[in-house]
Amino acid sequence: MTASSQHETHEHDVLIIGAGGAGLRAAIEALAQGARVGVVCKSLLGKAHTVMAEGGLAAAMANLDKEDDWRTHFRDTMRGGKLVNNWRMAQLHAQEAPDRVRELEQWGALFDRTENGEILQRAFGGHTFRRLCHVGDRTGLEMIRTLQDRGVHMGFDVYMECTITKLLKDGDRVAGAFGYWRETGKFVTFKAKSIVIATGGIGKSWKITSNSWECTGDGMALAYEAGAELLDMEFVQFHPTGMVWPPGVQGLLVTEAVRGEGGLLRNKNGERFMEKYDPKKMELSTRDVVARSIYTEVKEGRGSPHGGAFLDISHKPAEYVKRKLPSMYHQFKELADVDITKGPMEVGPTCHYVMGGIRVDAETGRSSVPGLFAAGEAAAGLHGANRLGGNSLSDLIVFGRRAGLAAAEHAKKTAAPTLDNSQIEATEREVLAPFARTSGESPYQIHHDLQEMMQNLVGIFRTDEDLRKALAALEKLKARASKMRVEGSRVFNPGWHLSRDLACMLTISEACTHAALARKESRGAHSRLDFPKSEDVWGAKNHVIVNKGGAMTLFEAQRPEMPAELKQILAEDK
Amino acid sequence: MAEVTLRVFRGDRDGGKAVDYQVPLTEGMVVLDAIHSIQAHQAPDLAVRWNCKAAKCGSCSAEVNGRPSLMCKTRMDALPHDQPITVYPMKSFPVIKDLATDVSWNYRVNKKIPPFQPRPGVEWKMDQRDVDRVQEFRKCIECFLCQDVCHVLRDHDKKQQFGGPRFFVRSAGLEMHPLDGASRTRMLKEELGIGFCNITKCCTEVCPEEIHITDNAIIPLKERVVDEFYDPVAMIVRKIFGAK
Repeated sequence: MTASSQHETHEHDVLIIGAGGAGLRAAIEALAQGARVGVVCKSLLGKAHTVMAEGGLAAAMANLDKEDDWRTHFRDTMRGGKLVNNWRMAQLHAQEAPDRVRELEQWGALFDRTENGEILQRAFGGHTFRRLCHVGDRTGLEMIRTLQDRGVHMGFDVYMECTITKLLKDGDRVAGAFGYWRETGKFVTFKAKSIVIATGGIGKSWKITSNSWECTGDGMALAYEAGAELLDMEFVQFHPTGMVWPPGVQGLLVTEAVRGEGGLLRNKNGERFMEKYDPKKMELSTRDVVARSIYTEVKEGRGSPHGGAFLDISHKPAEYVKRKLPSMYHQFKELADVDITKGPMEVGPTCHYVMGGIRVDAETGRSSVPGLFAAGEAAAGLHGANRLGGNSLSDLIVFGRRAGLAAAEHAKKTAAPTLDNSQIEATEREVLAPFARTSGESPYQIHHDLQEMMQNLVGIFRTDEDLRKALAALEKLKARASKMRVEGSRVFNPGWHLSRDLACMLTISEACTHAALARKESRGAHSRLDFPKSEDVWGAKNHVIVNKGGAMTLFEAQRPEMPAELKQILAEDK
Repeated sequence: MAEVTLRVFRGDRDGGKAVDYQVPLTEGMVVLDAIHSIQAHQAPDLAVRWNCKAAKCGSCSAEVNGRPSLMCKTRMDALPHDQPITVYPMKSFPVIKDLATDVSWNYRVNKKIPPFQPRPGVEWKMDQRDVDRVQEFRKCIECFLCQDVCHVLRDHDKKQQFGGPRFFVRSAGLEMHPLDGASRTRMLKEELGIGFCNITKCCTEVCPEEIHITDNAIIPLKERVVDEFYDPVAMIVRKIFGAK
């Protein structure tokens, strides 16, 4: 009996890995094209990291500021990304986001309203106009519920609490995916003509992060192992405002909407320190700038008691704060004993988002591997060196839709692939190996050490020396991981689950470190103490990482020339 | 460092027992932190669901000292330390392992509810006041604590006939959407069995989002069902003017 016939197999035209905003939007579009769609996710449906998005979706709907249009949104996105963005993605995103938002509304999403009944928009860092469509500070929840119910009623098959450990190939193209049920530990194989990776980011490689346990870079690692290219991996966003106290909630996100609604940043001397770093935009400067500013204030001895900055919204009426920022109010009240309507919060930078990811075609989300697509945080290009707040939720629905469409079209003109049992058997052996060992470390310890190391050596400010140390440390961590031991049975075993996540985190952490070492300049979220300036020569290049015969290899890619029309938009001084 | 005892259910579908773990206390610690500490240092295979650790995803539901709670927002310093803190899985759902339960029934109930259906030719404008009312229901994070505490499910196991508070909240969010044109009253009466609810308000008490489940969702829906199926005047009016 062959390996694949020993366990359950499901067949789909399009398999989506990840059920956050991008995955669900891709699934809906593929269903609309008539494809048979399966969605695999590590958590229960509706719990993906999108649910934690707070501030809103950026779309130039011009409901409040009539001068806003896609051109301004495009310009803001490119400038925020320090011009290394994929300009075509930035253009499509700015042009299509308003339609995607209207679509959500037509599927039942309920956004906050303007006085004349339109969708309300709020100010956010780096956006010239009030642009973020929102639902208080729980926009992600509204979005994921809307997409989830839409998809469920259209009829996709959902495979919840299922971890994919390998993409299967048929020659050069993808043929399916192999994984296990988290609940039972039993294996499962998916056969698919197209696969869309929508697995989000890699925040869990860092100690202080806003990300949930799921954000372990799985999709990027799976795609990399399958031969796809990774792009811009040096650009990791540290959100300026995470909670700093108490220890258990360190890193938890404090939405940028606090600043969007008028929140002020001060140091322990009561100074509005953003005056020194960005006197024009102040608190609503881009995230890279605000994160570095807070970090610098703390480092130079002007931090708050628990090592952060003060963020204060208490000058606004208490009822207003509770209405516009309800979850922030409760979060601080219940977890930190702070009433934000009466006094300031303490905040500090937290690893939040990776601008890099799978290198994709702007129009279709197609990777370099035939049949393999990616969208959302797992894909790269739109955000360049720094993402603007609000551009992530809109990214998910604009490029989720495009990837779902292209994946369905690809499936239509493709014959069913053949699964190769030797690939399945190899991954089975690898996944089960930690159970067989009678000695070895726990994956928790190795994960803990990885997070400490990445926090200290591949953080907000980087140096050649630290990054080289990090690469050496990663080699040691990989060696330890190859000998780690898992206790207990295969039934719902978090230690075992972590051993798989850890393998992905190690691969993607290495990609981030390699790319950070190679970029000898500072740009956006990538700040080099030894190369503090941005250089034009680097601005023309992006870093691509690819698996060459098992070796992680980096090369430089030049972006195609921007069309004159877009150049002109960028040059306008607004 | 001060230590506290957690008494955690360890077991699976076939049964299990409570196991005591000593956990060092840290400032501001929540029950989920304590569970994570046990995983990292004592029992790596202790099964628990969690995602956001910020009361936004509704994954880490359990019964802490007998009370259905989100572990991520239950502070250790709010619980007495002179006796073990008990952490048990939600009782209304079958145990998979340790603190993880099989909540798949909820997803099947959700599928029965007709989705949002805009009225034909609707103009996409809404008043904030109308939106506010419905946004309360849409705050639900699907922690299923209301389902866990509801005696119709917990003590009488009416999962075949009854949808539970979560899905009355969801139905209310659709029914009271200012632009929705579908009717769900027959479904509420016949498939979700709203009549089984005798408004004891236990669901409202445990809701971490402080949704007024009974007063704002269930009672108005019960009224709609009564109007539609039991009100003779309304029946005549409908006969003349047609349904909603």
